[in-house]
Amino acid sequence: MLNNFTLGQFFPGQSVIHRLDPRSKLVCTVLYLVLLFVVNTWIGFAICAVYMAVVIVVSKIPVSNVLRGVKPILPIMAVTAVLNLFFIDGTRILDWGIVHISWEGIVFAIKMMIRLAILIVGTSMLTYTTSPIALTDGMEKGLRPLQKIHLPVHEVTMMMSIALRFIPTLVEETDKIMSAQKARGADFESGGLIHRAKALVPILIPLFISAFRRAEELALAMECRCYRGGEGRTRLRQLRYGWRDGIAYLSMVLLFALCIALNFLLPNI
Amino acid sequence: MNHLISLSDVVFEYPREEAAPLRVLNHLDLTVEQGEFLAILGQNGSGKSTLAKLLNAILTPTGGVCTVCGFDTAQEENLYEIRSRVGMVFQNPDNQLVANVVEEDVAFALENMGVDPKEIRRRVDQALKQVEMYEFRQHAPHQLSGGQKQRVAIAGVLAMEPECIVLDEPTAMLDPRGRREVLNTVRQLNQEKGTTVVLITHYMDEACQAGRVVVMDQGQIALNGTPKEVFSQVNTIRSLGLDLPQVTELCWRLRQAGVPLPEGILTEPECLDALCKLLGGGVK
Amino acid sequence: MIELKDVSYVYSPKTPFEKTALDHINLTIGEGEFIGVIGHTGSGKSTLIQHLNGLLRPTQGQVLFNGTDIWADKKNLRQVRFQVGLVFQYPEYQLFEETVGKDIAFGPTNMGLSQEEIQRRVQRAMEMVELPASYLDHSPFDLSGGQKRRVAIAGVIAMEPKVLILDEPTAGLDPRGRDLILQMIAHYRKATGSTVLLVSHSMEDVARYCEKVLVMNHSKVFAFDTVEQVFSRWQELEAMGLDVPQITLLFQHLEQKGYSISRHKIYTVPYGAQKLLEYLNWPAGKGDSHAE
Repeated sequence: MLNNFTLGQFFPGQSVIHRLDPRSKLVCTVLYLVLLFVVNTWIGFAICAVYMAVVIVVSKIPVSNVLRGVKPILPIMAVTAVLNLFFIDGTRILDWGIVHISWEGIVFAIKMMIRLAILIVGTSMLTYTTSPIALTDGMEKGLRPLQKIHLPVHEVTMMMSIALRFIPTLVEETDKIMSAQKARGADFESGGLIHRAKALVPILIPLFISAFRRAEELALAMECRCYRGGEGRTRLRQLRYGWRDGIAYLSMVLLFALCIALNFLLPNI
Repeated sequence: MNHLISLSDVVFEYPREEAAPLRVLNHLDLTVEQGEFLAILGQNGSGKSTLAKLLNAILTPTGGVCTVCGFDTAQEENLYEIRSRVGMVFQNPDNQLVANVVEEDVAFALENMGVDPKEIRRRVDQALKQVEMYEFRQHAPHQLSGGQKQRVAIAGVLAMEPECIVLDEPTAMLDPRGRREVLNTVRQLNQEKGTTVVLITHYMDEACQAGRVVVMDQGQIALNGTPKEVFSQVNTIRSLGLDLPQVTELCWRLRQAGVPLPEGILTEPECLDALCKLLGGGVK
Repeated sequence: MIELKDVSYVYSPKTPFEKTALDHINLTIGEGEFIGVIGHTGSGKSTLIQHLNGLLRPTQGQVLFNGTDIWADKKNLRQVRFQVGLVFQYPEYQLFEETVGKDIAFGPTNMGLSQEEIQRRVQRAMEMVELPASYLDHSPFDLSGGQKRRVAIAGVIAMEPKVLILDEPTAGLDPRGRDLILQMIAHYRKATGSTVLLVSHSMEDVARYCEKVLVMNHSKVFAFDTVEQVFSRWQELEAMGLDVPQITLLFQHLEQKGYSISRHKIYTVPYGAQKLLEYLNWPAGKGDSHAE
């Protein structure tokens, strides 16, 4: 039942985007997100959207999948838009007591919605084309410089990687405990909210106990295999930049430069 | 005195709240020789798991001395020397695999030891081939069966190229097929590579395949010898709550009745042979 | 008592992970039977037992309990689960209450019984699994592994089910712990007369305790018959990779060599020894039973 369980929304593939170094994808995604908040012109948004469209086409991820990712955050987009609509002052076009809507408010709200939509598509493209493992690897390598200022990069990525390793195990375990309690007549389906919350106790307690036991045993097994933190560690899998990564970085820098230039040259379009 | 592992007069006590410490190992003497296949048999609570943990310095004796490859396990600075020489495989296959991909898990110890990536690659591939899991190197642990996971765990230890592997009830949670897989792997390692193996188990059929069997009871060694010698002590084995191979028990019962059968029959073909000789010899 | 009519079950249908776990199973389990269920991991035996108490719903076919389809009325499903008790593998990992007594009472409480009745059942279940009454107020987490398992089994027994199914109740236990649990199950069955299904990897245990054997192979029922009948197909079982008891194998091989020791199949050591002594006409053997 749980064998088809896949983590996150990784969409396996062999496209150029898939084969980019995870570090390039991480850095480019971050740059792209920053850019979205720097851009202020309609034409700039259009160019950013086209850039993302090209990425989607090249990655061969079905467009329907990408759009499905936007769906859950529609309510958040709506709330943000409404807030912007009401709280940005300027040339008033509507006045209802304390509620007023300005022209600037409308423009800002629309821009904010476009921003959020592209932002979600952009980040989901990262998770669509990069396996969680590659992502963790990329973070560990990419963020290593931050270790110099005593950020626990190795520890955090090790934690993420172990979490990824154990999620399928714990999901399977949850399923098993649920079945076992059902066999003793536990009822998870009927009753009010409080009743249902209470019904979870017989699942959560065994699950926590087992998670702690696993953690303890895993820690011991890691120690036995000479684990002593990140210092002096080497890795089997070496990340290597290739020509694709050069192109990715270059395209991102060009996009960035172009959009900022547009902000100054054509601020009103 | 060139034993690979030697325990002399070892005592181990777990501290307890509001009670005298619990003595798990009681003045135990044991040596393990280079290249041998030693099985440690005993029921739960006999101290066999504690003994295993002493062998790679997870625990240190509260009394006596435990030496591994010439290093005293009580000395903190010897810890990594010991652990890279004595690898440990645990009971639960799920709780000892760290990485998300088989080959990365096998590489884990080497990464920790700071081995060069090229050398890691070579050793990982070699270890995976030894346990016949090479074609699964890109799989995620949760896609494997219990026996396969245990073999990956063994490969993870082998990659360190240790002198000795200690397996603490590695088959207790496996089905018969998984048990066979793991045991065959262990036997092969011992015979073909000469790796020293210490197998802790409560399955007598696994102990029968070892070169030497030590039976533990109440923190002490109750029996010590070849499988034939040990399993000839039918009454002792039974009183310690352990099983005998069915054919051994059969021959023992017949001998009790006075039938002339040799001692120490452990396998079905051996027993068949002995019975055929007896039946063909005109007793009929 | 329980009847499976043409039951099939498919995991993750219409996905790349589609897998048939049960393939047109027909099966009738009678009242009071003691059945050993054997088969490889992945043969479908775990899926099968989860159909017997309605934890899984067949993709096709019917599961009848006392003649009625258990899925006909979903409200009845819980009642079926109280009647068909299922003890999962490593059941000690499902314990959650503060005390042994409360944990065992979980099932009976879900049944909506009165306090007195719950108390009575908890006490009786603890007697059945041979746990001293003084453990009632202990935390289950302070007990030893074998004791925890017995608490978990008591939790199912306390529902007083008509059918008790145990999925590898001896997994991971040492020989003494294993014998304790099996003797306890045999005693429970004798005392209550209920139907018991014992899923096991150990042919020796099945041979020693059960009356019938259900062999699952590749999602199908390979055999469902008396222990003797099933073990007479030892060559097929061996080919399947299942372990036939060593003693059965020995006597089969003796027979192949021309020594017919016994008309009946031999699968326990004392019986084998007795038959051999009889065959040998050994004086000590004669006293035990009548000669052939």
